Amino acid sequence: MVRLWREGLRAFGPIGWAYVVAALGVWLLFMILVPQLIMIDFSLRPLLPLRELGGPKDVWTLKNYGQLLANGLHRTIFLKTIWSSIVVTLAALVICYPISFHLAKVARAAPRRWLMIGLIIPYWINELLRLFAWQLILADRGLFNHLLMQLGVIAEPVNFRAGNGAVILGMAYAYVLFMIFPLYNAMESLDRHQLEAARDLGASRARIHRDIVIPHAKPGIAVGCIMTFMLAAGSIAAPQLLGSPSSFWFTEIIYTNFETANWNQGAAYATVLAGLCLAFVFLMLKVFRLRLEELAQ
Amino acid sequence: MMSSRTVRRFTSAAYITLFFTYLFLPLLFMGIVAFNRSSIPQVTPWEGFTLKWFRHLYADDQLWPALQNSFVVGGAVVAIAVPIGLAGALFLTRLHFRARDVCYALLVSPILTPGIILGISTFLFWDRWFHVSGGLWTAVIGQATFISAYCMLLIMARLQRFDRTQEEAAFDLGGTHLQVFLKITLPFLRPALVSSAVLAFMQSFENYNTTLFAIGFQQTLPIYIGTKLRVFISPAMNALAVIFITLTVAGAVLYEYCRVREGRLKFMRSKKTDAPRHSDPHRRLPSGRPAARRHA
Repeated sequence: MVRLWREGLRAFGPIGWAYVVAALGVWLLFMILVPQLIMIDFSLRPLLPLRELGGPKDVWTLKNYGQLLANGLHRTIFLKTIWSSIVVTLAALVICYPISFHLAKVARAAPRRWLMIGLIIPYWINELLRLFAWQLILADRGLFNHLLMQLGVIAEPVNFRAGNGAVILGMAYAYVLFMIFPLYNAMESLDRHQLEAARDLGASRARIHRDIVIPHAKPGIAVGCIMTFMLAAGSIAAPQLLGSPSSFWFTEIIYTNFETANWNQGAAYATVLAGLCLAFVFLMLKVFRLRLEELAQ
Repeated sequence: MMSSRTVRRFTSAAYITLFFTYLFLPLLFMGIVAFNRSSIPQVTPWEGFTLKWFRHLYADDQLWPALQNSFVVGGAVVAIAVPIGLAGALFLTRLHFRARDVCYALLVSPILTPGIILGISTFLFWDRWFHVSGGLWTAVIGQATFISAYCMLLIMARLQRFDRTQEEAAFDLGGTHLQVFLKITLPFLRPALVSSAVLAFMQSFENYNTTLFAIGFQQTLPIYIGTKLRVFISPAMNALAVIFITLTVAGAVLYEYCRVREGRLKFMRSKKTDAPRHSDPHRRLPSGRPAARRHA
């Protein structure tokens, strides 16, 4: 610690070091760490009327977490959120892998630039508006129903938004870009000669991907999956806009808790969600046999 | 019979076309709806071309304060996130210590945390410690928590390519830390600082998840859009989408144009100065003797 302080002083001078320490201290303590701890503290306390705060009843308890096990509906929604997010992640991976590979290793420079711009444009259009587009397509009098009725496939409009399908579809649409860029970055650094050598030696295309591309792109695949899963599990816009009462999302329960001023219950469920995303990070590290630092490249 | 190469080319072209259709068709559809006279957002039946939804949008008295808030919040986020990101980048690239990886993981963790968690924790923290209830300020702080990390990564990427000997030379010539930083490091980092400021503003401008939980009863543009889309859907939102899409496309094309032009200028400049030095062995030195003979 003392050594770090001296090195900092030497590297940045007194003014520079004071700035670095102050800015990082504020960020790390007052924006990242303490708020999370306060949230956990809230989650461990029961909901009490104002005058009982700090009183004998205001002690730590796991009651708010127990609610997740006790309430069957909440439990079902929680589990559904997990598997739906996994479905979204896998769908995004399958959709994006060929595109990323094409961009990174097949396309020539000029078309690649235009394809990249084509990817960036929808990325910068507000998530809500992108989901709204699907709301219009899947509505009772929307594009899909209209087309299917014109073609004579169905006689009555189908309610596409009844189950989880619409939410999953919308998420797979809205979050594909968060999968493409990490995959692309990882694949771009792969040496093209390795692919040519493998081809010259007679490796099949499947083999090239299995033995060369995927092992090389592992960190990118892991980052893409982590981002997509986190966005899907933590999404509130997609279920709000595309869901129906029958497709409640875990984040919506949290939102309802805050709307009804039950901050403690909301904090507990938010902590569970954060824990879930953290667990997914470690799962990905385990699956791809990576160390945490390797994700950063 | 087609060769396997042709087949492969055809399938990949088909897949790319399909993928970009999937990306853009919903947006195109949403845009067309904005010009339909029907008061339900739909393309069919087409009741005639109109611009009245743009007028409806313009006349909405909730839109303008929300837009103004978005600009205020975005500006504040840039003012906080860029300096913090710069400090983080300097700290992680310049110093070597054992806990560096842990520090890195902690500082990047807000990017990997769901936005609603950042919103909730910021909201609860400011309420309990400072008795500040949710509003524009908590929204700024909540957003800056993760946007700072994006800025840090962008600045770090450039800082890693920095040639430290330049700084050392300046120190040897008696420059102070502040002088060296202002005259050498900062100019080198300028492109990264500008792009991180732009990125920070755009991230803030479109943020929904964190803001929704941190902002209390105020509205930014995404919160306004979200409320509108949940309560009562009007084609005025399609008009807003058309404006968004037009601005984004214009921005992307302008950016590309500038890059190509800049690249061409650089290329021409390099041709004038560098190219003959390497390519022409018979180039004469100012004294009039062929350059090649010098080595002979």
